[in-house]
Amino acid sequence: MSDKASPLRQPAPPADNAALQREVADLIVAALNLDVAAADIDPQAPLYGEGLGLDSIDILEIALVVSKQYGIQLRADSEENEQIFRSLRYLADYIATHRTK
Amino acid sequence: MVAYRAGAPIRARAFLADVMRVAAALPQGRHVLNACSDRYRFTVAFAASLVANKVSLLPSTHTPEVIRQLTEFAPDVFCLTDDSRCQIDLPRVRFPDAMQPGEARGSPAADEQTVPWQPLQIEPERLAAYVFTSGSTGTPLPYKKTWGRLVNCVRFEAERLGLLDGRPHAIVGTVPPQHMYGFESTVLLALQSGNAFSAGRPFYPADVCSELGSVPQPRLLVSTPVHLRTLLAAGVHLPSADLVLSATAPLSQNLAREVEQRFETRLLEIYGSTETGQIASRRTAQTVEWQLFSGVRLASDGEQTWAEGGHVEQPTPMCDVLEITAQDRFLLHGRLSDLVNIAGKRSSLSYLNHQLNAIPGVADGAFFVREENESASSTGVTRVAALVVAPGLDAAAVTEQLRKRIDAVFLPRPLLFVDSLPRNDTGKLPHEALLSLAANAMKRA
Repeated sequence: MSDKASPLRQPAPPADNAALQREVADLIVAALNLDVAAADIDPQAPLYGEGLGLDSIDILEIALVVSKQYGIQLRADSEENEQIFRSLRYLADYIATHRTK
Repeated sequence: MVAYRAGAPIRARAFLADVMRVAAALPQGRHVLNACSDRYRFTVAFAASLVANKVSLLPSTHTPEVIRQLTEFAPDVFCLTDDSRCQIDLPRVRFPDAMQPGEARGSPAADEQTVPWQPLQIEPERLAAYVFTSGSTGTPLPYKKTWGRLVNCVRFEAERLGLLDGRPHAIVGTVPPQHMYGFESTVLLALQSGNAFSAGRPFYPADVCSELGSVPQPRLLVSTPVHLRTLLAAGVHLPSADLVLSATAPLSQNLAREVEQRFETRLLEIYGSTETGQIASRRTAQTVEWQLFSGVRLASDGEQTWAEGGHVEQPTPMCDVLEITAQDRFLLHGRLSDLVNIAGKRSSLSYLNHQLNAIPGVADGAFFVREENESASSTGVTRVAALVVAPGLDAAAVTEQLRKRIDAVFLPRPLLFVDSLPRNDTGKLPHEALLSLAANAMKRA
């Protein structure tokens, strides 16, 4: 669906959202009962597939947490989906730009 | 009308034109892996394969190992895909998109007028598809589906769902068309009951709601417990639905009632198997008893239950423990074998074990299902865990190998390293010993 706004078209937040990245990492680890410590998640590594190894059910679960915590309803086709979940850093940046609470 | 794309109808004439165009573009090779993710393109590709006398292969996942096994089963198999980034390791053919699928309708009225249209005639005996279950030996087992049996099954389903009342129903699915349930209940159901499906495969709750809201009423939502639970929890406005279907995993009565309330609808759960197709339904909010589709009967010798009659035809053994309560009703008491089903993807513990033990460096290993309450996450998904003996490997190496062999939903959570497995004299792993070793290993972790 090319008429939807791509998350990448948003201006990248200038600040390194270290605190938000950590907060999101904590949420992910708690929501998914992951075996890793939040601090050990590489902010640059892919969340989906390789890297942290999340699958589509995990992504739905994270989407749920993100909607509750930050008031964002993710809307995406599969391409954008992969972009948002390209890394913890991308996800945190997306949240920083779109959060309503 | 056959389908909707973003709310706009695609008519039978345009569909048939697309089918003939794609059929003419198909390469040699009798077997097709139809990987089109768009539901309309999938359906065009499936119908084109039928027209070109080809057979569709429907495995439950597309991991490299399953693809390798498919090439052994059918060396001439090719992959038809609508995704330029498709990585499936087969000869790949792009869905010919010269004309946007279904957009023939909008273009020259000539198409509308000059293409004569009549229903495709496919003989009922024609072999349409192979559906695969994961066999316990590590090789997927193929089941033949003739066109006639596929059609019969969904005609019984359409009757049960009340879709034959002459009103045009629109079907929106959150399940992929490649899975048996999605294939039957979105694609085939629409084609064979004079109704229409929506082409998208919405993922996020907001996407599902907008797709559902984009089609006219009366409308059906074909979904799974995972997707339904997420939809209810997401805090989005839910469009009304005339009927919601759920399958692939048991749905709790509470969730069923909440779905009925929030969508102002009826919810029917569907029960079936790869071997038989769908055979029963129940209105979960009101009853725990399943009602068989008309003509289907069950017979039992106390342990094993068979289904027969109706679209099932020959007696077929069921993999679940079924208790017959009346001539056309039964209770479901769980798995007979070691089948695991996570979010509609099926495997068996023996298949997973086979793949784990095939990894170089793994001396021994076993998957197990964790107790429901400790492993179910907020979307209610039960995951599998594994114990492994692999002195020279670390978790990352084992996981990387597993990812090539099994679907990601079956990757063990957690993967626990131990010195040895508590096998008994016959080499079997008593379930209790396995769980207690796992509990200890988790404490240490």
